[in-house]
Amino acid sequence: MTDHNDTSSNHLPASVQEPIANPGLPAHLPRPTDVDPKAERRAERQVAAFFVASMICAVLFCVAYFTLDIKDETDTFIGLGASNVALGATLGLALMFIGIGVIHWARKLMGDVEIFEMRHPASSSEEDRDTTLAALSAGLEESGIARRPLIRNTMLGAMGMLGLPLIVGLRDLGTLPGKTLERTVWAEGTRIVRDVTGTPVKPSQLEVGDLMNAQPEGLVTLHSEELIAEGEERGVEYLEGVDLQVEKSKASVILLRMEPKDLTFSDRSPENWQIDGIVAYSKICTHVGCPISLNEQQSHHLLCPCHQSTFDLADGGRVVFGPAARPLPQLPLTVKDGYLVAQSDFREPVGPSYWERDSK
Amino acid sequence: MSTSENVGGSVASTNGKTAASAKKPGRGSKVVGWADERLGLATAAKKNLRKVFPDHWSFMLGEIALWSFVVLLISGVFLTFWFKPSMAEVQYFGSYSQLNGMHMSEAFASTLDISFDVRGGLMVRQMHHWAAMLFIAAMLVHMMRVFLTGAFRKPREVNWIIGGILILLGIVEGFAGYSLPDDLLSGTGMRIADGLVKATPVVGTYMSFFMFGGEFPGDDIIPRLYMAHILLIPGLILALIAAHMLLLVYHKHTQWPGPGRTEENVVGFPMLPVYMAKAGGFFFIVFGMSALMGGLLTINPVWKYGPYDPSKVTAGSQPDWYMGIAEGTLRIMPGWETHLFGHTLSWNIFLPGQVIPIVLLLMVLSWPFLEAWVTGDKREHHLLQRPRNAPGRTAFLAAMITLYGLLWAAGGNDVLAVLFHLNLNHITYFMRGAVFVIPILVFFLTKRWCISLQRHDNDKLLHGYETGIIMRSAEGGYTERHLPISEESAYTLTARDRDEVFVPGSGVDANGVASKDGKLDGIRGKLSTTLFADNIQKPTAEELEEAHHHADDEHAHEIEAGLDHSADGHQFDGRHPVDEEALRGKH
Repeated sequence: MTDHNDTSSNHLPASVQEPIANPGLPAHLPRPTDVDPKAERRAERQVAAFFVASMICAVLFCVAYFTLDIKDETDTFIGLGASNVALGATLGLALMFIGIGVIHWARKLMGDVEIFEMRHPASSSEEDRDTTLAALSAGLEESGIARRPLIRNTMLGAMGMLGLPLIVGLRDLGTLPGKTLERTVWAEGTRIVRDVTGTPVKPSQLEVGDLMNAQPEGLVTLHSEELIAEGEERGVEYLEGVDLQVEKSKASVILLRMEPKDLTFSDRSPENWQIDGIVAYSKICTHVGCPISLNEQQSHHLLCPCHQSTFDLADGGRVVFGPAARPLPQLPLTVKDGYLVAQSDFREPVGPSYWERDSK
Repeated sequence: MSTSENVGGSVASTNGKTAASAKKPGRGSKVVGWADERLGLATAAKKNLRKVFPDHWSFMLGEIALWSFVVLLISGVFLTFWFKPSMAEVQYFGSYSQLNGMHMSEAFASTLDISFDVRGGLMVRQMHHWAAMLFIAAMLVHMMRVFLTGAFRKPREVNWIIGGILILLGIVEGFAGYSLPDDLLSGTGMRIADGLVKATPVVGTYMSFFMFGGEFPGDDIIPRLYMAHILLIPGLILALIAAHMLLLVYHKHTQWPGPGRTEENVVGFPMLPVYMAKAGGFFFIVFGMSALMGGLLTINPVWKYGPYDPSKVTAGSQPDWYMGIAEGTLRIMPGWETHLFGHTLSWNIFLPGQVIPIVLLLMVLSWPFLEAWVTGDKREHHLLQRPRNAPGRTAFLAAMITLYGLLWAAGGNDVLAVLFHLNLNHITYFMRGAVFVIPILVFFLTKRWCISLQRHDNDKLLHGYETGIIMRSAEGGYTERHLPISEESAYTLTARDRDEVFVPGSGVDANGVASKDGKLDGIRGKLSTTLFADNIQKPTAEELEEAHHHADDEHAHEIEAGLDHSADGHQFDGRHPVDEEALRGKH
């Protein structure tokens, strides 16, 4: 025993100082199924039973598929659709029984004698490496790439230039930004309408403390042909589909009425932008653009549910907490025909920051 | 012990008593002959059919990842039969009455159809989503296993990097996938992605416009994500998995040290039949498990969220769990922004959204090279290390897991605030400091913990294991009886290398090879000290000899006192014959 280990350590210098010699593979211990024919037959029957159970489940799957209706029933069985539960359970079990059966077979009946192989170093043999290097240099020599720098450099140049068509070819992936991010559909005299019904808002309809999600007129789809016709007469354009989504993601606003004495006025939030304590702010967070929605009534603070940036709507939309860096843009308000309307578009771009943005 | 001759593999190639050679195939030989005359596969197959794979439960983690990817391919193909990757506006008139008549994108409408009008559709949709989570989770846990046991060391560094890229691709693939239904939650995710892209210096706006085909949200992003999700990224993943597996086969699997297991051999069961059965059976288990989850556990009920509307959001919006750390970094970042010459640079988004994730990934990917540089070790390693025997490395992973956990918690700060009635702002302020402080504390704690475990191993080797029997001496003092551990266990505990600390300026590296003094030697020395200086090394042959000698003395003493056998306590009550009793059965 000692002798053998000594010889094996000739090519393994580290093991010379090993405190305990490698005792070698322990002897194989037979399993009950290896020595007891009864146990072996029992294991055989068990494996077959798993496969039969799988077949039964596969049949049950088909039965469930044709007998159970899905439709609108999402909670007929333990809060889930009956068809869904039955199909998932039968398919799942049909698959699992095959898996369990095969693994049971492997563990109980297939040979469990450990065998071993020798490893080889990851690298090729010295000889192979030399042959490869020789072939490589012979090939490169014959190509003359080292001797003909003109060819080499022009080829590299040509391949480099191919990057241009590759990049230029992607130009039509989208329109160029231009000034689109700086503008919204708000304009002088655009009516503010309720987010859901699309009806215009009178200042008197808002109580102190009321918060309302609102849109510029035209971004809420009306259900009455009459009202649409009336709006179009006033020059309102009703948007649909992708145009609607694009404009909504910039133009959505929040209306909030506070006690006028609670408001702090400044250059970016002058007194003449509010009507009797009613202010309108962009609903799009200046952090990464989620719609802000959570209101703390007592403090006039508005919280973004995505990353918790908090803005003070009584103080020019100032950031009071969170990762946002800029105040919410305010929409200047006035009253026309008794309804709340915008004095103009926002005076700065709304939504998340971007490189070309030129204002604090 | 006759089997000791197996060391080095020069004599027997099995621990069984009969030869394990298979009988010549009868009927099959015709088929094999036909195929081999055309494909010549017999040469490759002769080595691989009986290829040896070592057995350990932790080697199954990568298998879960592999099989869940296959489940993703199968369930994904099923879903493509009905899903319509289009953002065109349609009115919904399907079976789900609560959204009847609503305007929505075709993508969302077809997702509702899969859920309510295709039998088994919802089950497969949920199975697909669960399998995706399983895929990424299994990859992460597999990566931790490889890291903790040092399986990434030479020659497996390239496979470590392939694995890291696979995890990154898996996460991107998952994000692309759950964005496809175009529901309110995933649309909010896209909105955040748009914000992250726009924060890129100089080119951010252009990147955003080219991604979305114009201004956000546009009507191109879903078809484009669909292409990436079902063709581009799965193609890359498939190719990398193939490379990962080929390298696994080429290097042969690592194994735990133990009797008969050396750096030069690989001990285990043959591919055919045992591994083919176990791995193949395991595929059915993973597949079946995913199907059960798809049927019984609701996930991503998009019908409850409704179609995407840029002016709406639900409170408590959370991305899929694997995006949690990005969400957390984004949430705890202070609102820093620089305005310079009419331009805006949003550190508050650019750092957490783009820089930090890449830095973290590079740190993990570069670890094998960092460790090899510090140790100067150029040898191949096929025997795994127990986590305790690499205290610095284990502590590093523990610190990274802690950071991951903290960022994850930060990503759910609103949920935590509601759940535990805490102040949201206080949680955020706490996290801003905690992500720097706590991982460092965890590093040192884990390192000391590992070193204590190493001491414990040495105690077992030198003084034996604790029997739990308390002995009272004639003087009235109490001691616990220790018994020696088996030769196999003792060998396994000592089957590891001794660590050597690199001392800068010594002119000699860890392997005794003369080295030039590099500029970075100071850093290398410091890292080496942090990683290795405090580690406990295994006892030398002399120390073991002396300890056993000492134990023999004690044993002689015990023989005198009639205590030279295992005891369970009854032996000493004077009422039992104790000759046949053993302490804990036969080892």
